[in-house]
Amino acid sequence: MAQTAVSSGVTPVVKKGGRAKFLIGGLLIVAAIVYLIATSTQSTAQYFLTIQELKDRGSSLVSQDVRVSGAVVAESIQYDAQKLELRFTVASVPADQKEIDAQGGLAAVLNAAVNDPNAARMDVIYNGVKPDLMKGEAQAIMDGHVDENGLFHADTLLMKCPTRYEGAVPSQAAP
Amino acid sequence: MTLTLGLASLFLAFLCAIYGAVVALIAAPRKATAWVESARNAAMLTWPLITLAALSIIIMLVKGQYDVEYVTHVSSRAMPWYLKVTALWGGQAGSLLFWSWLMSAFTSAAMLRRWDRDRSMMPYVIAASMITLAFFLSLSLFVENPFQRLWQNEITGEIGPALLQPANSSLFTPLDGNGLNPLLRHPGMIIHPPMLYLGFVSFIIPYAFAIAALATGRTDDEWIRTTRRWTLVAWLFLSLGLILGGRWAYDVLGWGGYWGWDPVENAALLPWLTGTAFLHSVMIQEKRGMLKVWNMILIISTYSLVILGTFLTRSGVLSSVHAFAQSAIGPLFFAFIGITFAISMGLLFHRWDSLKSETQLDSLLSREAAFLLNNLLFLGVAFATLWGTLFPIISELVTGQKVTVGPPFYNQVNGPLLAAIVLLMGVAPLVAWRKASARSLGRLMWIPAVLTLVALVAFYLLGARSFGALLGYGIATFVGLTTLSEFARGVRARMRLGENPALALINLAARNRRRYGGYVIHLGVVVMAFGVVGSYMFQQETQATLNRGETLSLGGFTMKFDSVAQFNTDDRREVTRATVSVFDAGGSPVGVLHPRRDFFLDSGQPMTIPGVRSTLGEDFYVLLVDWQPISSNSATFKIYVNPLINLVWWGGIIFIIGTLVAAWPDAAEEKRYVSAPAGVATRSVGAD
Repeated sequence: MAQTAVSSGVTPVVKKGGRAKFLIGGLLIVAAIVYLIATSTQSTAQYFLTIQELKDRGSSLVSQDVRVSGAVVAESIQYDAQKLELRFTVASVPADQKEIDAQGGLAAVLNAAVNDPNAARMDVIYNGVKPDLMKGEAQAIMDGHVDENGLFHADTLLMKCPTRYEGAVPSQAAP
Repeated sequence: MTLTLGLASLFLAFLCAIYGAVVALIAAPRKATAWVESARNAAMLTWPLITLAALSIIIMLVKGQYDVEYVTHVSSRAMPWYLKVTALWGGQAGSLLFWSWLMSAFTSAAMLRRWDRDRSMMPYVIAASMITLAFFLSLSLFVENPFQRLWQNEITGEIGPALLQPANSSLFTPLDGNGLNPLLRHPGMIIHPPMLYLGFVSFIIPYAFAIAALATGRTDDEWIRTTRRWTLVAWLFLSLGLILGGRWAYDVLGWGGYWGWDPVENAALLPWLTGTAFLHSVMIQEKRGMLKVWNMILIISTYSLVILGTFLTRSGVLSSVHAFAQSAIGPLFFAFIGITFAISMGLLFHRWDSLKSETQLDSLLSREAAFLLNNLLFLGVAFATLWGTLFPIISELVTGQKVTVGPPFYNQVNGPLLAAIVLLMGVAPLVAWRKASARSLGRLMWIPAVLTLVALVAFYLLGARSFGALLGYGIATFVGLTTLSEFARGVRARMRLGENPALALINLAARNRRRYGGYVIHLGVVVMAFGVVGSYMFQQETQATLNRGETLSLGGFTMKFDSVAQFNTDDRREVTRATVSVFDAGGSPVGVLHPRRDFFLDSGQPMTIPGVRSTLGEDFYVLLVDWQPISSNSATFKIYVNPLINLVWWGGIIFIIGTLVAAWPDAAEEKRYVSAPAGVATRSVGAD
């Protein structure tokens, strides 16, 4: 078919209005996308708080959607399989990575939190199936809200075990 | 012995990569051909060397050399041999090495190609790829070394990993390893990471050529033509990796879905998005000589996002179900991304003048404009995804408060943008280059449009009553029909030459692989779109605790709990397996399912395997989530009905077939390319 050799010798006719048209059209689309991102960020943003911070803010956050993470206290786990109702207590762990690293990593931080009587604690209720990794000293990451009594109603519950991918050294040693 | 050999090869490979990069950079401006050849040899040598290193790890994994920390972490005696082999990429240190190995395979292959066409560019290709490789190898050597052994301090008794024997310590050899993470013991997981990594690393090649084009000033289309197939191959693997990852999530993670906008999923999607934009916009450069700067920016961004993606999955900087353990490699990655991005952009500004468009855009209603819109939308999705993924970090930096956005954000933003992309996909191929008329467009589109309206009435009558679903189905139908009509148009044209329809179709696709391969990809996307809309809009779920013989109904199905049994397997799993019968709305049995829970005794980790009755119409997906002592015969189930979800996988298969068609070598095209006199761009405006 027709081979049109486009070489630099042919100066294209620049139509003044042509470029502007595209710029305006492009800018409109970019503006629309930015607007979409901005409004959606605002409407779906969730504060990521530690339990300590949640307690400190007190009633100002009642029934507002937040995300919190904490260390699960082993003895507190109660699960009613018939009603599919899970209750447990979480202890506050720092959210700051540097702080976690300074204290010896996530596993150490979680362990310290559940054994620290002064760490802020919070009761949680979750209607649903008990996750596989729900056990003591696991990190629970929850979306939900606090009610007037300080009970946290979790809508989603994500468990994270620090040893999940890189396990600890097994104890059995060769003689 | 094995360990020493592997470690030494790894170190030699690192030296080769450094040597190759430095020598290539020094020799290039001096046109010192012999030195460039030497750099090329060094670059090619990295592959056999890293192969030796990877093989030595595999041997240690299979033999069970548990004094090596990595072996202890990811393998155990009970694991079958093939899992021991794939454990190479089951942990951080090994997967980094595996990444480097794949990358050096690609760069070595690129070195093997004929050099005569672009001799001046090759030194820079060597430099760009070897610098990247050297970076990854340095991580493997100095930060995440898979060859570290375990040592016990004889005084304190502490056990820690080290490459060389620390003072007052002796080698510590555990009797058995921890074993591979159960979630990774799945066929999908065996092939998903290699595919994803292949996709990641093969984007290095077009990037290296782009950098070479900037460095040498040969900023014509040469680099794009040379790397066209590499780019398609990279894109093919990345697409495969994403699809397999979705399938793995559906089969193993037990939450009834396949895509959760998890940071790590996003990390893999980001380079795919910019890569897709790149694949489309290079066509405008080839045909019309426009968007040259833009294409450079796209490939540079894709490269940076590949490195960022590798970083996000490893640093633990974001909470994710995938997050690997914390490690020290984060800052190094950040520095590397920053430096390579700055150098790339610097080169781009340096050559800015030579990247001027040769032609102008003529009309808003033209193929060029449609491609531009496509690019804007893809970058919009990419930016929104990047924004959402990094938002916790950004907000913490700006306000000191960590704020996250979840799946609702992505659905709100990317939903409409992706729908617009799909719609554009149906319209753009019908729009003529340069300037199209509304009238001719109308002539091409009115039949698909009318048929779409008919289909919408049918969908409505079949029960799709939500506006969003009808919109989604409508767009997908329309795009499917316009794409098919393009095939019909081409076939009819060939039939007029006297070919029978089947031959005409085959010839059509074979003579124009890129175009019709692209249309097959579009059809795959349409099929996936039906699956995504159906399973997202109409997914149903419920859960209940049932006694033996009790039933639970959902979406026209009834499930009866028959029994539950528990047994141990040879590979140290305690399996709890339920038997449930499924009946359709008429009460006739349609199948028996066995949802089960495997408890891995070594790692103490359970894994939930769904029982799925899968048809093209819908999946009935049952999870055994809990049970009371076996004697009491009661168990808790969660069930999902996922309509049309199989279309996601079938669409994926069509998508991959289309990519293969488009990427398949074409002798005729090669010939055209070679016979074109140097310096004369051949742009067949009318041909396409």
